[in-house]
Amino acid sequence: MSALLQTMGAADRRLLPEGRLAGPMPWVIAIMMFLTVLAAAAGLGLGGAASSLGAGLGNRVTVQILEPNPDRREAEAARAVARLQGLPEVESVRRLAPAEMAALLEPWLGTGGLEGDLPIPAMIDAQLIPGARADALRPAVTAAAPSARIDDNGQWLAPLGRLISALKWLALGLVGLMIGATAATVVLAARAALDTHRGTIEVLHLMGATDVQVARLFQRRIALDALFGGMVGFAAAALALVLIGQRIGALGSDLIGSANLPATSWLALALLPVLGVGLAMLVARATILRALGRML
Amino acid sequence: MQAIAPLLSGLRPGAVHAIEAKGARPRAEAGFLSTTGTIVQFDNVGLRYGTGAETLSDLSFSLRHGGFYFLTGPSGAGKTSLLKLLYLAQRPSRGLIKLFGEDIVTMPRKRLPGFRRRIGVVFQDFRLVTHLSAFDNVALPLRVAGVDEKDLQGPVSEMLAWVGLGHRASARPATLSGGEQQRVAIARAVIARPELLVADEPTGNVDPEMAKRLLHLFDSLNRLGTTVVVATHDLHLISSIGSFEMLRLDRGTLLDPTGALRHPPRRVDA
Repeated sequence: MSALLQTMGAADRRLLPEGRLAGPMPWVIAIMMFLTVLAAAAGLGLGGAASSLGAGLGNRVTVQILEPNPDRREAEAARAVARLQGLPEVESVRRLAPAEMAALLEPWLGTGGLEGDLPIPAMIDAQLIPGARADALRPAVTAAAPSARIDDNGQWLAPLGRLISALKWLALGLVGLMIGATAATVVLAARAALDTHRGTIEVLHLMGATDVQVARLFQRRIALDALFGGMVGFAAAALALVLIGQRIGALGSDLIGSANLPATSWLALALLPVLGVGLAMLVARATILRALGRML
Repeated sequence: MQAIAPLLSGLRPGAVHAIEAKGARPRAEAGFLSTTGTIVQFDNVGLRYGTGAETLSDLSFSLRHGGFYFLTGPSGAGKTSLLKLLYLAQRPSRGLIKLFGEDIVTMPRKRLPGFRRRIGVVFQDFRLVTHLSAFDNVALPLRVAGVDEKDLQGPVSEMLAWVGLGHRASARPATLSGGEQQRVAIARAVIARPELLVADEPTGNVDPEMAKRLLHLFDSLNRLGTTVVVATHDLHLISSIGSFEMLRLDRGTLLDPTGALRHPPRRVDA
């Protein structure tokens, strides 16, 4: 690695003609980096969404007390709350107030829906500790409240969670493919550069230049191209992500909003151009040394 | 005319491997017909490009340290191919070549750069690096060898001045005439004081006066211990050197009717 990082004198750098931004490679790398950052951001965002889904909504149960008689319903609800509070699997318990119930039903029943004889079940929201299963609560709750029905949020969120997880892995797979495509681009660019400068390389060889000396010239060029392309691609992708983030924020959805990127994710994304430069240098070095090895 | 010897010895000793011409002696002191101090040895060497006929066949000769050799022969005789073997641009198809006492035919590729730094080459087609100035072209062997910039500025400038191109130091090869390009190529070949100097038609594009001057440069280098091999058609050039040895190639074969080249070549006093 030290050879990779070895600095070169200005005179040595002139051994290959300058013209860093000539040719398509920096722009191809910029496009690759743009797509890589977007794919990585999607992977990180979906990973965050999957986590919050599991930790938040997925780890909750809703207990409905379906007893039509209001007095018995109240009594069962109180017993169910007390029982749930005593269970080790339960982190917190909250019974929905009538006003909250009214707000939930308002789109269907209107503002006067809860007044009258319409029996509305009592609803209890319980947050479970991580790893706890809703089935474990069922015997205790039904013993306290025979008309209770337990809805496991995790059960109906599971297909959504699996979809998000699949999308996350797809995004990370895309990142892998982009890295492979970037490496292939560097290989092609390095070979093209070798062909372009074959005459100079032969002269350098005949004067006693080692393969590493020659490879270092190309590494530097390709690293500069990769740095330029990486920064342009990252800047464009960051702008796109900020705009998408604003749109997501405007939705006001807890579920979709959880896909927003925290600072640590931005830090990870910012490392991608740096890793891209390192990858380009390593691939260029390996390609050039291999090609030079075929010459005398 | 400025003496070339101080110029060539102006580089810091040890800055370039080739500056220390190990085992080399001034030509005047070199052992005549001595088999010791051999710098190049060819044994039954053949060279074939692809599947064609052999370009060089059964070459067996040795060159001693500090010798001055002219390589002659008609066009197509194989002079350039022989020089390519000497400056390690080509490996032979068969036979043994020893350079500086080591077998370079089976030598691992990674050791070749060290040997190449001990050889100066004047290519027939100059092979100047087109995007570099005359100064940077001449400085190339020193930079490859890792000489500090401050140590190479003086010698390179002086060498350019000596070949009459001090005022063209910053010129690119494309703006130089053929003769000027040739002088840059020669300056590049000798700047690191190689142990072996190989020149392919080095005076083909310069006027007679400059040709003599350049040959004097080779002669001075030779007196400092460098073995010089010059391929040429120019008989006037040959006659301008005090003492030398001849290698004559014809259709890929070294003409050596007396066998003197084997142990080593015959010395000719002009």
